[in-house]
Order: sequence, then structure tokens, then C-alpha cells
Amino acid sequence: MKKFLAIFLVLALAMTAMAGCGGGAEEPNGNGEAPEDVTTIGFLYIGPVTDGGYNQAQHMGAMAVQEEFGDSVKVLWAENVAEDLQAVKTNAINMIDNGATIVIGTSFGHMDGLEELANEYPDLTFLHFSGYKMNDTNFGNYFGAMEEARYLSGIVAGLTTETNKLGYIAAYPYTEVLIGINSFFLGAKSVNPDVTMNVVYINSWGDAALEQAAAESLLAQNCDVLTQHADTSAAQVAAEKVGAYAVGYNIDNSKVAPGSFLTAPIWHHEAYLVPVIEKIIAGEYVPESYYGTMADGYIGLAPLTDLVSDEAKAEVERVQAEIIAGNYPIFVGPLKDNAGNVVVPEGEAMTAREDIWAMDYVLEGITAMQ
Amino acid sequence: MEGFLAATVIAGMPLLFATTGEIITEKSGLLNLGVEGLMLMGAIMGFVAGYETGNPWMGLLGAILAGAAGSLIFAFLTITLRANQVVTGLTLTIFGTGFASFMGKSYVGLVVPQTIKDFFVKIHVPLLGDIPFIGPVFFRQDVFVYFGYFLVVLVSLYFYRTKRGLNLKAVGESAASADASGINVMVYKYVHTCIGGALCALGGAYMSLVMMSVWVENVVAGRGWIAVALVIFASWNPIKAFIGAFLFGGLSILGFRLQSMGIHISQYWVDMLPYAATIVIIILSSRKNKKENQPPADLGIAYFREER
Repeated sequence: MKKFLAIFLVLALAMTAMAGCGGGAEEPNGNGEAPEDVTTIGFLYIGPVTDGGYNQAQHMGAMAVQEEFGDSVKVLWAENVAEDLQAVKTNAINMIDNGATIVIGTSFGHMDGLEELANEYPDLTFLHFSGYKMNDTNFGNYFGAMEEARYLSGIVAGLTTETNKLGYIAAYPYTEVLIGINSFFLGAKSVNPDVTMNVVYINSWGDAALEQAAAESLLAQNCDVLTQHADTSAAQVAAEKVGAYAVGYNIDNSKVAPGSFLTAPIWHHEAYLVPVIEKIIAGEYVPESYYGTMADGYIGLAPLTDLVSDEAKAEVERVQAEIIAGNYPIFVGPLKDNAGNVVVPEGEAMTAREDIWAMDYVLEGITAMQ
Repeated sequence: MEGFLAATVIAGMPLLFATTGEIITEKSGLLNLGVEGLMLMGAIMGFVAGYETGNPWMGLLGAILAGAAGSLIFAFLTITLRANQVVTGLTLTIFGTGFASFMGKSYVGLVVPQTIKDFFVKIHVPLLGDIPFIGPVFFRQDVFVYFGYFLVVLVSLYFYRTKRGLNLKAVGESAASADASGINVMVYKYVHTCIGGALCALGGAYMSLVMMSVWVENVVAGRGWIAVALVIFASWNPIKAFIGAFLFGGLSILGFRLQSMGIHISQYWVDMLPYAATIVIIILSSRKNKKENQPPADLGIAYFREER
């Protein structure tokens, strides 16, 4: 009798141990979970995936991942996930309950929620676009050197403008936006020394009517090439109405405003996501702070439309090759900010990521509120 | 300056329609907080109908029907079923926002047909358009804007010069008294809620069809709420709503106009002004206690005939 009890207890222990091992990553989930060899990935978006801009670009990356891995990956996504802890965690946990082992937040404000989740679910992997937090085991972030593509689109703008005045519609005056403003302007200035630029901040990421009104105010100031760091295509449409030109952002919008659209700096999120997901599935992922470049194929330029002159096309091609080869820094001295302070001395170039991401000024020649 | 004021008129137009619509609704004693949702429903259905048919009238009709249908839901819930108006209105906003996103999925980034663009092209009104200053600001606009001016006159006449307008006021001030005097309270409430909703929807359609002429998600972006504030600002008077709409519209674009002129005022201050102005107006009108500036006495209260 004792023997039986002993065997029973040992068996029970073994079962418990096995169940314990199985927890976490393969957390049993009551409803509609994927088979074991399918990896489920959850994406959190701050807006709708059909916004014609930021979120659509993110979603294109997710869909490219789906296509690349086929049946071995299941992609879940949640739209309009607000930038607060509760919204991030609710949506992410919902995905985890549905079998997700990788959760990717794509907006800056998703960062803190993901950090907490990474602590609570040590067996799952969390990736965050545009943030700076990470840990050593299961939480990494990624972003890209958008200044490279901005610079190239600036070249196009500089060679297209006839009034030598560019207009830039920006969401908020903070580092990422300022880097975009300055690199775009430097690109234009590299081919057109007389160019100046007006920047207006609209304090919103996705208010199409406000972007349009801002575009109209810039057009009224005689700016004939516009670009924007905000989420919709409104500026391109406004430019088309009066026969001016526009450089887009995030995705190729040549069909929305064929009469004004020149090109757009764009994201190729799949260039990072596909290899990193491969690594995560293989269990080889080590958290990192990825900073994609044009050379990686992570940052790109939408195809130049027929509105772009051959001269500009040739120049973009030349500089693009140099940037990809790694011998064309964007921020080369001497550079002054628009208050006249030297920010990059002559003979030096600002290339370190942390230096670029400390930018809190706009350059000389740019009119903007600070 | 003229350019700025002309842009102000355009920025104020969606607000004007939505505010006038909400005033009509509130005059019948119903507080519909679903303006934002109704505007979005109008924006998407106007766009869909306009895009599919290429006919501007069909676009407007689509918006009107969407707004009327949306507010009919509200009317049924609050008038017949006597649901809480605030909660129902908020629900309608959430519903309308989702409805517009859902319907608009396959239309994102599409541009309205040329026939519609041509229809809403800026028209220079003879004589009036030549008046210095006033001409370029008010009378070189598209046909929708002229309809907006006309609407203000029409609604003012209706409110203050017709018997039905007086009846409407009675319904909003005291439904029981109106009922006792033989006015069909239910019909008045239903009809004016639907008309109000249709006007809100037209405000939304102005944004999607004329201003943007491209479908972008959440095109209304909070203007419905500004309209709700404007109703109070205008103290339920369509003429004051006209002034208020352009004032609020102007303030919404003033910030970066100033920026690009080289005058540096934080946009946050400028964004705050309309709401600060609304608060001041509420305080002033409640201090003066003038009867004509007060909300309809029965606003937000469901009418039970049996409780008379």
C-alpha cells in the first residue's frame, strides 16, 4: 500500500513539474489558440491601419511578416490603442490569451505598458518601435535613421522649388520631428543654397483639416514645395489644388495627389521585423536597440514621380549610393541653429545616434516657433 | 489678412452646420451629445454616395439621410423609450465614429470625382464679390458656404417669425404646456431632432467632400464637441452661432497663421481660447440671468405625458 502511495506521489510530482515547465510561453488558452508550431504575433497600433500614413506603414510591415512566414505565423493586431498603461496592457493581454508570444507596440506611448508586461511575462518577447526602454532578456526596441531619407527628399524639394521657399507641417516640436525638419532642409540646401523654409506646428498627429489649413497658410506664404511630419495626406492634396508640389511621409501616396506628389521618405518595417522574428522563433533573440538605416533597407524613398526633374533624379541616385556606402553623413559642419549658435563646428560631422537624438533646435534659414 | 479671413470662413463652416443643427435639436428640448458621431456619419456617407455616383447632390443626400437616420436612433431611444439623453448621445458619438471607420475602410485615400470638385468650385458672386474686403472674404466661396449663410437666415426666420417656430420653443421650454395647448410634442421632437442631425451630418460632409476631398479617417477630429460648446456660446441663437462658428474656426487656424507670419504665440494658448471664451460666456449669461440667453427649460428632460 505504501508502495502504491509512493508511486502515486512521484507521478503526481512529475506531472506538476511538467505542467510547470509548460507554463508561460505555451500558456494554455481556452479559446481558439494556435497549434504549437504556429507563432502568434500581436501588433498594437495607435490609430487605424487605413490612415494612409503612419499606422498603415506599420501594418504593411506586419502583413509582410505574415506573407514571409506564411502558415507558421499568425498575426493579430489592435487598432486605436491609446498611449496609456491600461489600454496597452488590456490589448496585449488579450492577445497573449489568444496565444501571442511576441507583442509589438508601435507608438512611443506604448513603451511603459510594454515594459511592465515584459516583467510580468518573462517567457514572451516584447518589441517597441520608437522607444528607448529595454531589458536584457525579452524587451527590445527599434527605430530608424529617417534623416537619411528626409535628406534625399529635401534634395528633390530643393531642385523643384521655384520660389526657393519650402513649407513644413510638423506635429510637435520635439526631437524626432526636429531631426526630420533639419535633415530635409539640409538636403534642399545642398542643391539650392538660396532656399529657406517655414515650419508650422499643428499640435496634432492626425487632424486632416488642421493639416490642410496649415498647408494653405504655407502656400499663401509663397512656399511652393510642402512636406509634413504628420499622419495624413492633406498637405499633398492642398498643394495639388494650387499647382504646388509636396513630399509625403510614411507611405507612397502618389495615387492620392498625382498632381503634386514628388516622393516620400518611407519605412520598410519588414526589413527589421522579418529577421528579428526569425531569431525570436529560433530562440536566438537578444534584446537590442535597433537603429535601421537605408543600407539595411529599413528606410527608403518612395519612387520619384514624373514630376521630378531628371537632374534631381540623378542627384538623389548619386547621394543615395553614397549614404548606403556609409560615407555621407547628414549633419556636417559648419551648422548654426536659427538663433545663430554654432551647433556643429566646421570640419566636424554629427554622426553618433545619441548626438543626433539630442537635437533641440532648427537650423539657420528655417523659420519656426521654438 | 483677407486670405486668413477667407480661410476662417471655410474652417468655420462645419462648425456652423453642426451648431445650427444642434440648436434646432436642443430647441425641442433634447440634448444630443452625438454631434461628433453624426458629423462623422455624414462625412462618410456623403463621401461614399458622392464617390460612387459622381453626383454632388447624391453626396449631400447621402449625408442628410445618414444624419437623419443616426438621430432617429437617438430620438427613438430618448423620446419614445425615454432613455437618458446624455448617455445616449455619448453612445451615438462612439457609434458614429466606429461606423465611419468601418464604412470608410475601403475608401481611405480615395479622391472625390472631378464632377464634385467642379460643383464645389469657388464662385465669385457678381457685385457682392467686388465689395472691397467683404467680397473676397465672404463672397468668393463655394456653393456650400452660400448655403450656410442662407441656412442661418432661414433658421432665424423659422425660430422668430413663424408659428411653428414658436411652437417649437414651447415644446422645448415646457413640453407639458405645449401638449396642453394642442401641439403634437412627439412629432415636434422627432422632426427637429432629425433635421438637426441631418445638418450636423452636412457639416461632416462639408469636411470630407469639399474641404479635404479625400477620405481620411476621423476627419472631424473633435469639431463636434466644439459645436456643442458653441451652442452655449451662441445662447441658442442662430445669428450668434454664425458669429461664433467663424470666431472658433478662425481661432483653430490662427496659431500657425501667426507662426508663419513670424509672430510666436504657443498654439496651446490659441487652442484654449474658444473654450475659455465659452466659460466666460456661460458665467456672464448666468450672471445677467436674461431669459433669452438661457437654455430651453425642458432641455435634457424626457417628457412623460402621464406625469403632467
